[in-house]
Amino acid sequence: MRGPKQIFAVTWLNLRNLPQRIGSSVVAVIGVAAVVLVFAAVLSMAKGFERTMISAGSDDTAIIMRSGSTSELNSGLSNEQALIIAESPGVLKDGDAPVMSAELYVVVDVKKKSTGTDANVPFRGVQSGAFDVRKNVSLADGRMFEPGKNEFIVGRSAQQEFAGLETGSTIRFGQTEWSVVGSFEAGGSVSESELWTDVRVLQGAYRRGNGFQSVRVKLQSEASLSELEAALEADPRINPDVMSEKEYYSGQAAPISQFIKLVGYPLTILMAIGAVFGALNSMYSSVSVRGKEIATLRALGFGPLSILVSTMIESTILALVGGLLGGAIAYLAFNGFQVSTLNGATFSQVVFDFAVTPDLLIDGLKAALIIGAFGGLFPAIRAARLPVAQALREL
Amino acid sequence: MKYFRLVWKNVWRKKIRTSLTILSVLVAFLLFALLSALGYAFKAGVDVADAERLVVIDKISLINPIPMSYQNRIASTPGVQSVTHASWFGGFYQEPRNQFGQFPVNPENYFDMYPEFNIPPEQLEAFKNNRTGAVVGQELATTYGWKVGDRIPIQATIWTKADGGRTWDFVLEGIFSTDDPRGSSALMLFHYDYFEEARAFGKGTVGWYVLRVANGADPVQVANAIDLQFANSPNETETSTEAAFAQSFTSQFGNIALIVTMILAAVFFTLLLVSGNTMSQSVRERISELAVLKTLGFTDRTVLGIVLSESILIMMMGGLLGLGLGWLVVQGLSKQMAAFLPGVFLSPGAMGGAVAIMIGAGILAGIFPAVKAMRLSIIDALSRA
Amino acid sequence: MSEILARLEGVSRTYKKGKESVAVLNELDLEIPQGDFLAIMGPSGSGKTTLLNLLGGLDKPTSGKVIVGDDELSSMSNSQLSSWRSSHVGFIFQFYNLLPVLNAHRNVELPLLLTDFSSKERAERASIALDIVGLAERAKHYPRELSGGQEQRVAIARAIVSDPSLLLCDEPTGDLDRDTADEILRLLQVLNRDHGKTIIMVTHDAQAAEYAKRTLHCDKGTLEAKEAA
Repeated sequence: MRGPKQIFAVTWLNLRNLPQRIGSSVVAVIGVAAVVLVFAAVLSMAKGFERTMISAGSDDTAIIMRSGSTSELNSGLSNEQALIIAESPGVLKDGDAPVMSAELYVVVDVKKKSTGTDANVPFRGVQSGAFDVRKNVSLADGRMFEPGKNEFIVGRSAQQEFAGLETGSTIRFGQTEWSVVGSFEAGGSVSESELWTDVRVLQGAYRRGNGFQSVRVKLQSEASLSELEAALEADPRINPDVMSEKEYYSGQAAPISQFIKLVGYPLTILMAIGAVFGALNSMYSSVSVRGKEIATLRALGFGPLSILVSTMIESTILALVGGLLGGAIAYLAFNGFQVSTLNGATFSQVVFDFAVTPDLLIDGLKAALIIGAFGGLFPAIRAARLPVAQALREL
Repeated sequence: MKYFRLVWKNVWRKKIRTSLTILSVLVAFLLFALLSALGYAFKAGVDVADAERLVVIDKISLINPIPMSYQNRIASTPGVQSVTHASWFGGFYQEPRNQFGQFPVNPENYFDMYPEFNIPPEQLEAFKNNRTGAVVGQELATTYGWKVGDRIPIQATIWTKADGGRTWDFVLEGIFSTDDPRGSSALMLFHYDYFEEARAFGKGTVGWYVLRVANGADPVQVANAIDLQFANSPNETETSTEAAFAQSFTSQFGNIALIVTMILAAVFFTLLLVSGNTMSQSVRERISELAVLKTLGFTDRTVLGIVLSESILIMMMGGLLGLGLGWLVVQGLSKQMAAFLPGVFLSPGAMGGAVAIMIGAGILAGIFPAVKAMRLSIIDALSRA
Repeated sequence: MSEILARLEGVSRTYKKGKESVAVLNELDLEIPQGDFLAIMGPSGSGKTTLLNLLGGLDKPTSGKVIVGDDELSSMSNSQLSSWRSSHVGFIFQFYNLLPVLNAHRNVELPLLLTDFSSKERAERASIALDIVGLAERAKHYPRELSGGQEQRVAIARAIVSDPSLLLCDEPTGDLDRDTADEILRLLQVLNRDHGKTIIMVTHDAQAAEYAKRTLHCDKGTLEAKEAA
C-alpha cells in the first residue's frame, strides 16, 4: 500500500514547516484550549455539587419526613411520631435499640470567609444514632459535643468556608452563646457543610418543644425500604414521606446541577463554534502558505487524498494539543476549588469542591477532536483540489 | 471618513479569513450578552431596590418568624412612616416544579409600600374585599394562563391547615405589573388574615416586616433604633436596606459574578489572539502596499490609523452582530424564564460596556500590526517586494 | 537653460551593512532644470535607485543637501517629507504597485485623500488624470483585470493626479514588452512636453533612455554625462 506511506510523508512535511506559521497555529491551539477549559471548569462545578450531595446518601438509610415536605426544613414530626417510626418493621436494631436519629434542622447566619456576607448555614440537632445512620462520619479534631450543653461540632467544609467556626472558639446565634468543641469529616459530603449539636439543646434554643423535622433510620437491607414505607402508610397516627437518603439528596442535587449544565453545555457549544472558526482560519492559512509545496507534491505524483488526510491530521493534532492544554489548566486551576452555594430545597449553604473528573476531561478532548475535524475538513478539501498548474505559477 | 473605503476594502481583502474572524467575534459577544443578562438576573433585586425601604428580619435567620406583636412597636419608632409585613408560604401550583414566590400580606397597605407595582384600582378593591382572594404578577399570569376570576389551588409544603389539609384555594382577583423592565412581578399575594386563621401552627408570627422611612429620616439610624428596641428579646431583629437585604440573599448563591467574569476573560483572551493574528497576517501580506501609501505621502500616523481602524471595524461588525443576536435571544429567554429566573435583562450599561470592549479589543488586536505598519521603512519594504 | 528644479550638493549616502559602511553615492553634485526629462542608466547597485529615493524624499543623504524647488529635503522631518511628497512628487514603479483592493479610479484618487478636496473634486481630478493616460473607460476595473501596460498607465495617472512638478520613474518599463514599453515612454514624453512635468527615469534599457532629453550614467556613486542622441 502506497497510501499510508504517502500520507505519512506529506503529514511529516506539513508538521515540519509548522514553525513558519506558528502564529495562527498557536491561536488555533489556544482557541481549543479555551473551550476545553471553560467546559471542564463549568461542568466540574456540576460534578462537584452532585458528588457532594450524592455521596451523603446511602441506599440503606431511610429518611422520614412529614408528607408533602420538599425538604427537612419544611417538615415537622412529633416526638410520638418519631418513636413510632423507630419501632417500625424494616429498621435495623442494635440489640434492642433501633439504629436511628431523630433530627431538627434550623438555619443560622454565619459570615462567609470569602465575601464577609451572611450565609444560611444549616444547624442540625442530632441524636447519638446520627453517627450510626451515617457511616462515613468521624470526628476530625477536638471532642464530641456533650448532651445538654450549648456546644456543637462543625463539618470540615463548613469550618473552611465560614468565619468564626474554629475548634475552641465561641459563636453567638441570637441570644445563645455556643462553643465549637470539635470538627468532623463526612467523606466530602453535604453533611460537612453542617453544624451538629444535641437535638434536645437545639429544640430548647429554638423553642421547638420536643418536635423534630426528620427521622433517619438504618434499614435491615435496601429492600426493607418498601416494608417500612407500607407499615408507616398504614399507620393512621402518621402521614409520612419515606425515601432512601440517596433519593432525598439526589432530588436536591438535581435543580442546581441541571442549572449549571443548562448554562454549561450551550456555553461550550457556542465557544466550540468560535473555536472552529479559529481552527478554520489557521488551517486555511496553512493551506495557502503551503500552496506551492502542495502543488509541487501533486506535480511529483502525490495523490489528492494524501494531501487531504495530512491536512486533517495537522488540524486534529493542533486541536488535541489545545484540548490537553485546556484540560490540564482546568485540572490544575479548578480541581478541588472550594465554593458554596444556596441549596434551594433546604434554603441553606452547601459547600462543595469543583471536581474535574477523568470523564469530564475525556468529554473535553472529544469536543477538541470534533473542533479539529470541523476546522480541518474544508481547508483540507481546498488543499486537495488546489489546481496544480496555477498554484505553481502563482508562487 | 474619506479613508473609510480604503479601510473597508482592506478588511475584505481575504473574505474567508475576515468572515471567520467576524464570526468568532460574533460568538464572543453573543456569550457576553447572554452571560451578562444572566448575571443581571442574579443582582436584579439589588438594582431595583428602593433606598427608602427597610426590611426587618429575625437576627438568627431569615427563615425564623417574628412576632406579629412587633408591628406596632416598629410603626411607632421615630422615622418610620409606614410598615407592612409578608411571610414565606413556599407552596407550588399543581406540581412541585411550579414554584414561585407566594406571600401572605396585608392587602390594605402592601401596595402602598410597593408603588412600582401597578394594579387597576377596582381589582385592588376586589382583592381587599375577598378574604380568599389573591393577586399575581403579570409574568405569572402569562406563564400559567390565569385570568381574573380563576380558582387557583396552591399546595403547601410547610403550612398545613388546621384541618390537616394541604391545599389552599384562592380566587384570582387581580393582576399587577411593574414599571421597571428589570423588576420582577413573578409573585402571588394573598390575605394574611386567611393564612393566619387557617394554618395549623406558627400563629401570631410573620416572616418579615417592610417599612418606609419618613422623609428626612436617616435609614441607618432608623434601622439601628429598631434593632435596639428588640435587643435581648427572644426575637432579636436585623434591619437593613432593601438593597443590602437583596445583596445578602444574592451572595448566598456564591460568587456568580466571578465565575461569569472568568469565563468571559477566557473568551476574550482567545478572541484577542484570533483577531490579532488576523490583523498581523493581513499586515504581513501587504507590506509593499503600505509602503506605497507612504510613498504617496500618507503619514506614519495615517497608516497607523488605517490599520487600527480595520481592526476596530472587524471587531465592531462581529461585536454588534453578536450583541444584536444576544439581545434577540435574551428577549425570548426572559419571557420564557420570567417565572423561574426573573430579571434576565440586557441592560444599556452592559451594551455600552460591550461596545467599549469592542473598541478596546479592536485597538489591542490591531496595535502591534499597526505599529509595525507605521514603522515600516519605505525603502526596505519596496526593495523586498 | 531654464530655472533649476532640483539640485544635489555634495550628496553622499552610505549604508551600514553589518559593521561595514558601504558608500552608495559619493560627494555627488547634480542640477536638474525645470522641464528636463533625464534618464539615469547604470548597473545594479550603482546607486540609481538611491538617487531617485533621495530626490523623492524617501531617503535622506548621509551628508550634503538635496533641494527640490524651494525645499531643502535633507533637513525636513519624516512627516514633513510625507506631506511634501503628496503634493510635489509622483512615483512610478516597475511593478506599478497599485492597491489590488481598489479599482483604477480609486487607485488614482488615493493621493487626493491627503488633500482638502471634496469627494466631488477628487472624482473629477481622478477622471481627468485617467483621461490623460487614455484609460477613462477602464475606471471601474480592478488591477487584476488590467494588462501590465494598463496598470502602468493607472500608476502614471496616480502619479500626476495631484499635479506634482516632478515625476520619478524607477524602471517604468522593466516589466513590459517592447511595444507596450514604447507606449508608456511616449506617454511620459507627452507629460514632459505638453504638461511641463520634469521627469527623472531610472532604467536599464538603452532604448528607453533614448526617449529622454539626456542621459546620465551612474557608476560607483558618481555620475557621468552622456548627451542624448
